[in-house]
Amino acid sequence: MAADRDPSAAVWIRARSAEWQTLAAETAAVPQRAHATVDEALRTLRTYRAVARHLASARRLLPGSFLATALDSACATLHLAIRRQPRFGRARLLTLFRDDIPAAAASIRTTTLWIAALFVASALAGWWLIATYPALVSMIASDRMIDGVERGHLWTDQLFSLAPPELLSARIFSNNVVVTLGAFCSGILFGLGAFYMIAFNGLMLGGLLAFTHQYGLAHGLVRFILAHGPVELSVMCLAAAAGTALGESLIRPRLPTRTESLRRRAAELGPLLIACALLLLGSGLIEGFISPSRHITIPVRVAVGLGYWTLMLLLLSGKLFPANIRRTASRSSASAAGLSSR
Amino acid sequence: MAEEELIVRGLTGVDMSLRIAGPGTRSYAFLTDWLIRLLIALTLILLAVMYRLLPSGLSALTRVVEIPALVLAPLIYFLYHPVLEVLMRGRTPGKRKAGARIVTIDGATPTVGPLLMRNLFRLIDSMPVFYMVGLGCCLFTEKRVRLGDLVAGTVLVLEEADATRTLGRLGEAMRHSALPLEALRLIQDLLDRWRDLEKQQRTNLARGLLAKVDPQCQLLRESAPSEDALRDRLEALLGGRS
Repeated sequence: MAADRDPSAAVWIRARSAEWQTLAAETAAVPQRAHATVDEALRTLRTYRAVARHLASARRLLPGSFLATALDSACATLHLAIRRQPRFGRARLLTLFRDDIPAAAASIRTTTLWIAALFVASALAGWWLIATYPALVSMIASDRMIDGVERGHLWTDQLFSLAPPELLSARIFSNNVVVTLGAFCSGILFGLGAFYMIAFNGLMLGGLLAFTHQYGLAHGLVRFILAHGPVELSVMCLAAAAGTALGESLIRPRLPTRTESLRRRAAELGPLLIACALLLLGSGLIEGFISPSRHITIPVRVAVGLGYWTLMLLLLSGKLFPANIRRTASRSSASAAGLSSR
Repeated sequence: MAEEELIVRGLTGVDMSLRIAGPGTRSYAFLTDWLIRLLIALTLILLAVMYRLLPSGLSALTRVVEIPALVLAPLIYFLYHPVLEVLMRGRTPGKRKAGARIVTIDGATPTVGPLLMRNLFRLIDSMPVFYMVGLGCCLFTEKRVRLGDLVAGTVLVLEEADATRTLGRLGEAMRHSALPLEALRLIQDLLDRWRDLEKQQRTNLARGLLAKVDPQCQLLRESAPSEDALRDRLEALLGGRS
C-alpha cells in the first residue's frame, strides 16, 4: 500500500488518526438527528469541512485506498444531511395552494382548452359512431351493461346494491386517480399517450350516451353524471394537458438537454397533480354518495356539480384563499427571507 | 454504458462519489417492501372478513371495522411507497434492508415533489407486467434509473454507513498499533465478519492473517488453536497490544 512505502503518507495517517475517530463518531450521529439545534448544525458544518479537507489529502496521498473510500462515504453522509430541506410545513402547504398550483394551471391553460376540445370532438365522434353502427357498442361496454340497458335498466341504478357508498367512493376514487394520473404519465410518449387517453374516454362517453339514448335512458345517465361529472371530466382534461406539456418538453426542449427539460417541466406541473388528486377525492365522494341516489333531485345535482366546479376554478386560479391569509403568508415568508439573508 | 458512481460536487469544492444501486438492489428492496405492504393489506382484509363471521347482532360493527379495513387495505398498498419515502427522507424499510436510499442527482435528500413524482411514474414503470419498463430502463440508462427517477431527477444509491464506522475504528487502531494501514483494515474486516463466517473458515482466515502480520505469534505453532484465542490476538493487534 502507498502509505507503507510513502513516509509522508504514513506520517499523515498517524497524525490524523485521532481526529478521524472523532469525525467518524460525529458523522455517524448526524443522520440520527431528527432536529438539530443551531450549535449542532454548525458543528455538522465544521465536521463536513474537516472531512472534505481530509478527503482531498487522502486522494492525493493515497489514491484509490480504503481510507479515501471511507472519507468519501463520510463526506457524502454529511453532504446529504446538510442539503436536507426543512419538513413540509404549513407555510409550504400554503405556498403550494396559493402560488404553485395556480401557476402550473396557468402555464397549460391553452393546452387544456385544446384538450377539452379534443374530448368534445371525440365524444361527438363516439355518439355518431354508435348512432350509425349500434353493433359497435360491444367495443366500449361490457355484455352485462348492454344486457341491462336492453332490458331498460342503467348499470348505475344498481351501484348502491353492489357496495356500500364508502367502498364505492374508494373504488371510484382509485379508478379515477389511475385514469387521470395515467393520462399525465402517458404524456411522456411525446404527448401521444395523453391524446389517446382523452380521445378514448371521450369516445366512450359519447358512445354510451348514444347507446342509452337509443333505449330512452340517456336522461338517466346524464342525471347520474351531473353532480360529479363536471369536475371529474375537467380534471381528466387538466391532467391530459399536463401530460401533453410534459411531452412537449421532450419535443421542444427549453433547456440544453431533453432530460433536463422534462425534469423541469415535471417539477413545475407536479403541484397540479396534487390538486387533481384532491379534486378527484371530492368527486369520488359525490359519485359514491350523491350520484347513485334516487332521492336527490336534478336541481340539487346541478347545484352540487356547479358548486364543486366553481370551487375547482377558484383553486386553480389561486382565489380560494382570502386576502388576509395571503398577506400574512407573504409577510412571514418575507421575514423568513430576511432571517436567512442575515 | 452504465456509470458505477454518482459524482457530486461538494459544498467545499471537493467532489464526492456515491455508489449507484443496480437493478439487483432495486429488486431486492422492492420485493421486501412488497411483502411488507402485502402483509399489512392482507391482515386488514382478513380482519374485515372475520367481522363477517360475527353473529348478526354485531352487524353494527360492520361500518366501524369492516369498511375502514377494506378502504384502508388498498390505500396502504398504494400509498406505502410515497408516504414512507417522504417520512423516511428517501428510504423505505425495504431500501434500508437493501442498504440503499434515494438522493437527487446533486446528492441532496429529495423533497416531497420529486419523491411523489417518482412514485407517480410507477404507473408506467410497472407496465406491462413485473416492472418490465422500469427494469429495462434501469438496465439501459447511464445512472441505472427507472423512468420515474429520470423524470423526478433522483437516483438510488448505496448507503455506506459501515465505511464511516470502520473509519472511526481504524482511526483508533492507527493511534495504538504499529501495523500498516492495510493490515489493520484486513483485521478490522475479518472481525466485522467474524459471526457471519463458518467456524472453519474464520479460523483459517485468522491463521492466514496472523501468519502475515504477526509471524512470531505462539498460536501459529499450535495445531488447533481455539477460535477465541485467535480472535483475542487479532483484537490485541488492532488495539496496539503486542
